[in-house]
Amino acid sequence: MGMQSIGRPTAPFAGGISDVETVSGSKGLMQREDLIFEVGDPDKTGVDLPAAKGTKNRLGGVTRKRGSGLPGLSEPEAVRHYMRLSQKNYAIDLGLFPLGSCTMKHNPRLNEKAARMPGFADIHPLQPQRTVQGALELIDELATWLKTLTGMPAVAMSPKAGAHGELCGMLAIRQALIARGEAETRKRVLVPASAHGTNPATAIQCGFIVDEIKANERGRVDMADLKSKLETTDDIAGIMLTNPNTCGLFETDIKEIADLIHAAGGYFYCDGANFNAIVGRVRPGDLGVDAMHINLHKTFSTPHGGGGPGSGPTVLSDALAPYAPVPYVVNEGDGFHLVEEAEGEAAEAFGRMVAFHGQMGMFVRALTYMLSHGADGLQQVAEDAVLNANYIQARLKSVMTPAFDGYFMHEALFSDAFTADGIETIDIAKAMLDEGYHPMTMYFPLVVHGAMLIEPTETESKQELDRFCDMLSVIAERAAQGDETLKGAPYLAPMKRLDETQAARKPVLKWVPPEPAAVAAE
Amino acid sequence: MRYLPLTSEDRAAMLNTIGAASVDDFYQDVPESARLNGTIEGLPDHQGELAVERHLARLAAKNTTASEVPFFVGAGAYKHHVPASVDMIIQRSEFLTTYTPYQPEIAQGTLQTLFEFQTQVAAMTAMDVANASMYDGSTACAEAAVMACRVTRRKKVVLSGGLHPHYAAATRLLCEAQGIEVVELPPAIDGELELANHVDDATACVIGQSPNVFGTVTDLSPVADAAHEKKALLVSVFTEAVSLGLVTPPGEMGADIAVGEGQSIGNPLTFGGPYVGLFACTQKLVRQMPGRLCGETVDADGKRGFVLTLSTREQHIRRDKATSNICTNSGLCALAFTAHMTLLGGTGLEQLASLNHEAACDLADALAAVPGVEILTPRFFNEFAFRTPVDAEAVLAMLEERGVLGGIRASRLLPHDGLGDVIIAAATECTTQDDIAAYAAALKEVI
Repeated sequence: MGMQSIGRPTAPFAGGISDVETVSGSKGLMQREDLIFEVGDPDKTGVDLPAAKGTKNRLGGVTRKRGSGLPGLSEPEAVRHYMRLSQKNYAIDLGLFPLGSCTMKHNPRLNEKAARMPGFADIHPLQPQRTVQGALELIDELATWLKTLTGMPAVAMSPKAGAHGELCGMLAIRQALIARGEAETRKRVLVPASAHGTNPATAIQCGFIVDEIKANERGRVDMADLKSKLETTDDIAGIMLTNPNTCGLFETDIKEIADLIHAAGGYFYCDGANFNAIVGRVRPGDLGVDAMHINLHKTFSTPHGGGGPGSGPTVLSDALAPYAPVPYVVNEGDGFHLVEEAEGEAAEAFGRMVAFHGQMGMFVRALTYMLSHGADGLQQVAEDAVLNANYIQARLKSVMTPAFDGYFMHEALFSDAFTADGIETIDIAKAMLDEGYHPMTMYFPLVVHGAMLIEPTETESKQELDRFCDMLSVIAERAAQGDETLKGAPYLAPMKRLDETQAARKPVLKWVPPEPAAVAAE
Repeated sequence: MRYLPLTSEDRAAMLNTIGAASVDDFYQDVPESARLNGTIEGLPDHQGELAVERHLARLAAKNTTASEVPFFVGAGAYKHHVPASVDMIIQRSEFLTTYTPYQPEIAQGTLQTLFEFQTQVAAMTAMDVANASMYDGSTACAEAAVMACRVTRRKKVVLSGGLHPHYAAATRLLCEAQGIEVVELPPAIDGELELANHVDDATACVIGQSPNVFGTVTDLSPVADAAHEKKALLVSVFTEAVSLGLVTPPGEMGADIAVGEGQSIGNPLTFGGPYVGLFACTQKLVRQMPGRLCGETVDADGKRGFVLTLSTREQHIRRDKATSNICTNSGLCALAFTAHMTLLGGTGLEQLASLNHEAACDLADALAAVPGVEILTPRFFNEFAFRTPVDAEAVLAMLEERGVLGGIRASRLLPHDGLGDVIIAAATECTTQDDIAAYAAALKEVI
């Protein structure tokens, strides 16, 4: 171990402080917390309910034979349980969360406050429509914002998340083909190799077949390959294209692509996951798009909640608008009205995707966010998001390998070409955990080797970006030099690297009580 | 603008570092004809918190909340009490503002709560395994139908006449897009047992609901037997998760897949969403499940931890071969569910279910005493259908004028089935004796 002249060690202690074992299993502020099934008790409760009289029974004998046996906790224990668990999570409120394609921006608390107003949180979807006029007005107002920002004539509000919005758009395309009498012949959907996995999965869910198109060396759709796929056109249903695409690039030829697909008799589905890069600057309706979902939980800042809930309203062109699913809200001048059945004025609707009317709680949050930013602010959102991404690219391009030349949109993409043999993208990601950062999206898109996709969003300051770039530059240099200690990272996170192979080989998907201890002596 | 940290100086310095003249440089790939000149028209500019809050409050004030009137509306979403600590827990930034736990070393909070959620759902439904949630009950039902077709390699599903019509619609839509035949039995208040007569060698699954949309509770065991005899599956649906504390759960009836709506536990009504879809099945079907699964494993030091697992079923790995296209689920609503269940415990859930059942029994007795009312649901948990001597829509409108939201007319869900005189009413632990008395008195006035 090297020493300074005054005797202070300069190299880290072998093994590091994470190997310090404590009696309690906690480490400083990081509290150990077992499963509720190990700490709770079936006789404990955190609620005080009045006793039922037990005098009436109309169940006709259809009663549960065995109780669930689930343990409860008192309120202080329950609050502490979740408090301790929460502290094992990274979150956007804690620091930069640069997951490419996920748009982890700040979630304003005003959104949460508005969604909890009893007039929104405490209303039932099937109340008489006269008693929920404010809710219907809010949906109509949000729909107006979405249509105006995208330059599209219609929007289906009920899809529950991005992939559900994809389903909505592709079912609208299917219905349009049925109306044309071509649903049985037009089955082929073109999907770029760089697409989100949800795109091909959605196409299959709708009964289509997927035909993959290549990316060119600039990370955009290879037009020669696209045209070769369109040599026969009578089986073309459409294309699913993300724009800006998953490489963080604007599809330069997007209008020509739209024209080619339309000339082939197909429709253009645009994956709107990356709308944050262009909101207020470009309207997808001006690009020839027929359908596009909007992730309210990305661009419009409803929180991700650890994986949901989301909301995926889907804007539709004139060609697809008649097939929009029920329900939808109609403004009748003297009041708002819900069209709930696919009949009468909605006879062409492709059906109903979901119970009730969509993610109202997310609608409230998204509209609150839009009103806060306004049209001017949303334009600034896109510009700052793109500026931040290009700043990161500029700061890191000398130590990492940008996947493509030129400017990116709202995310910077690097390949692993700069790393030494044996060091992988995951090693860089896990080293970032020790530095107190959530890593970027890794190994996606698939068209870039060892991809690292960094999306800072507009809610990061220059100081935060500089700290992030300083940190990642050092890790990148270690990766380039083949620093083997990266392979063991993280060292300082709540857990060491987890064994995902073991988890999948013999899945343990719920807690099971331990076997009673064997009788010690016979 | 309060959510944007960059200053003009920052922007200038950053453009300088990048070597760009302005942000317009970044948009050079946008076709000329699609470039906007200035801010989009027709929308207001930014506003402060106070102005925005007032705007939203004005809209909220136009709605009648479930807490301010005697309230009996159910049919798939239920007014229950949510403990204050549940909402505090889900507003913890570390849960609210995090992403899907793709980096498990710094996401054990989310992962452990999902593992606890899966364990609770499996125990409540009496099924082997549960996933980490779906969007809601209706989409879970649709996914169960197509999963049954994958498992059995058959292309026909049969829906009971008691299945919630929105669930039936969502299921029909997804199935028909995949070329799956959907047989919908006619709406019937006691329709679940009829399923047993509609299973043949081509049937992938039968889908029955208990309590069903009319409130009827049914032991589906004979349906399971009939299905299994033909090597078909039983999908058992519920829309009222609190019923699992008292009513025979799917696993005790031989269900192969159980799906339902979890809103009732931990989640407010919020006009229909976001809610949380529950999805459980038998062990042998687990690799055909849709959605995320959290599993137990160890870290490099051998310590127990949790990760997302069996992801080779999922779209981000398997793309066009995935079991579903679902990505985002209902994580935070699942957290609300699991936190509320942790406060309740099994005993608390049973107690809560008993209170719900008792409130509904009291309501049925009070309404049955009103001349002309006929209770139609033979066996129920916390919801039932009844017939009025006059048009249900008119009755409900007159009740509303008297400050009572008396349920929903069956014809709102089933417009073409001769149910114009049928009302579906629900009671929960929130229903007071005064509410019930007010309902009965108002009903007596209007019919």
